[in-house]
Amino acid sequence: MKAGFVAAWAIARKDLQTEMRTRESINASSSFSLVILVLFSFAFDLEREAWLAISGGLLWMVYAFAGALIVNRSFAREIPNDCLDVLIASPAPPWALFLGKSVSAFVLLVIVELISLPVFGLFYRIDWWQHFGSVMGVLALATWGISVVGVAFSAVTVNIRLRELMLPVLLYPVLIPLLLGAMGSTTTLFGGNPDLTNITAALKLLIGFDIIYTALGVGLVEFILVS
Amino acid sequence: MDALAVDGVWKYFGDYPALRAVTVKVPEGACLALLGRNGAGKTTLLRILANLSRPTQGHITMFGAPAKGDSFRSKIGYLGHGIGVYDDLSALENLLLFGRLHRIADPEAAANRALDRVGLLRVKDGLAREFSRGMRQRLAVARAFQHNPKVLLLDEPFTSLDDKAIAVLQQLLAEARSEGATIIMSTHQLREAMELASHVALLERGKIVHFGPRVEEMITDPTWLYRTYGEQGQ
Repeated sequence: MKAGFVAAWAIARKDLQTEMRTRESINASSSFSLVILVLFSFAFDLEREAWLAISGGLLWMVYAFAGALIVNRSFAREIPNDCLDVLIASPAPPWALFLGKSVSAFVLLVIVELISLPVFGLFYRIDWWQHFGSVMGVLALATWGISVVGVAFSAVTVNIRLRELMLPVLLYPVLIPLLLGAMGSTTTLFGGNPDLTNITAALKLLIGFDIIYTALGVGLVEFILVS
Repeated sequence: MDALAVDGVWKYFGDYPALRAVTVKVPEGACLALLGRNGAGKTTLLRILANLSRPTQGHITMFGAPAKGDSFRSKIGYLGHGIGVYDDLSALENLLLFGRLHRIADPEAAANRALDRVGLLRVKDGLAREFSRGMRQRLAVARAFQHNPKVLLLDEPFTSLDDKAIAVLQQLLAEARSEGATIIMSTHQLREAMELASHVALLERGKIVHFGPRVEEMITDPTWLYRTYGEQGQ
C-alpha cells in the first residue's frame, strides 16, 4: 500500500514537473478562464444582486470548462514515446497511476482557480474572500471531483483519435450533480451567509460524489488501461 | 525451472485471432528470439507478457506464479516500440522516476550507474528532447535495465539503433544473461538475434510453427529457419 502511494506521488511529481516546464495546459486553461470571465462581465450589465445570484453558476461553468483543458492532457501526455506502456508495465499499481494523475490535475486546476478568483471578484464585485475558509473548502471538494472524473475519462479516451472532443461529451453529464452542489454552495457563501447549515446538503453531495468517483476510478482504472 | 511458461494463449482483436494457441516454455537464463514476419503476432505476445494486454484465453506463469500483478511487473524490464522516456525530463529525472516506480532502494545511485553503463552520465542533466536519436535509444535501454530485471521483454530492440547503441545493448544483454536474466526479444535483425539467442521461436499468423534451441544453421544462413519451418517454406 505504502509503495503505491510512493508511486502515486512520483507520478504526480513527474506530471507537475513537466507541466511547469512546458506550461502547456496551465497557460491554456488560465487564459481561457480569464477571457471567459472578462467577456461575461462586459456582455451583461447587471446589478450586484443579480451578479450575486448567478455568481456560483458562472464561476463553476468556467472552472468546469477550464478543468476539461487540464484533465484532457492527463493521460494524453503519456502518448509521445509510448510512455503509458512503460508506466503500465512498471510495478506501480494502476490505482497509484490514477491517484497520481488525479493529484496533479487537482493541483493544476487549483492554481488556475486561484489565478482567476481575484479577477472574478474584481469584475463582478463579489467579496469572495469574506468566507475564505468555506469557499476554499467547497473549491477543494468540487475540484477533486472534477479531477478524478476527468482523469478517469482521460484514461478512457486516451487511445481515441478525437479525444479532445469526446472527453467533454463524456465528462460534463457525469459532473452535473457535483456542479449543482458546488454552484449552490458557492452562491450561498458569496451572498454573505456565514451559516454553514445552509450548505450542508451541498457539502454532503460533494463529499459523497468525491468518495464514489474516487473509489470507481481506483477500482476500474486497470480495466480501462489494459486492453 | 521455466522462467516463463505461456500455455495455450489466444488473443482476438474482434474476430481476428492475433495469437492462436501459443504455447512456449522459456527456461531460466535463456535468450529467446521471437521471429516472424510483420503481423505474425510477436508484439501482441510481448504486450501480453508485459501485462499491457490481456489474453482472450490461456495462462502465463513466471517461475510458477501467475505472470501478473505488481510483484511480477517488478521483475520485468520492458523495451517496446516507443522509447518510453519523457522528453521534458532530464536523463537523470527519467531514470529517477522509473527507479522510484520500481522501488529501487537508492534510485539516484542506480540511475547514475545505469547512465554510466550506456555512456550518458556526462549529459545526465540534459533534457531528453535535446538528445540525438541514438542517445534517446540508449536512455531507453538504461531505463529498461536499471532495476536489474529477471526477465527482459524487448520488442525489436535493435531497430533504428546506431552502431554505438547496438554495441551498448549487446553488451548489456550479454551481462544480463551472465547474471541469470531471461531474455525474450522479437526482432527482424536475424544476425544480431542469433548471436545472442539460445532459443528460437518462429511465429506465423499468430501460431508458433517452431520452437527450440538455436542451431548452427540459423547463424550461417539467416533464412534457413524460414525455409525449414515456415509455412511458406514447407
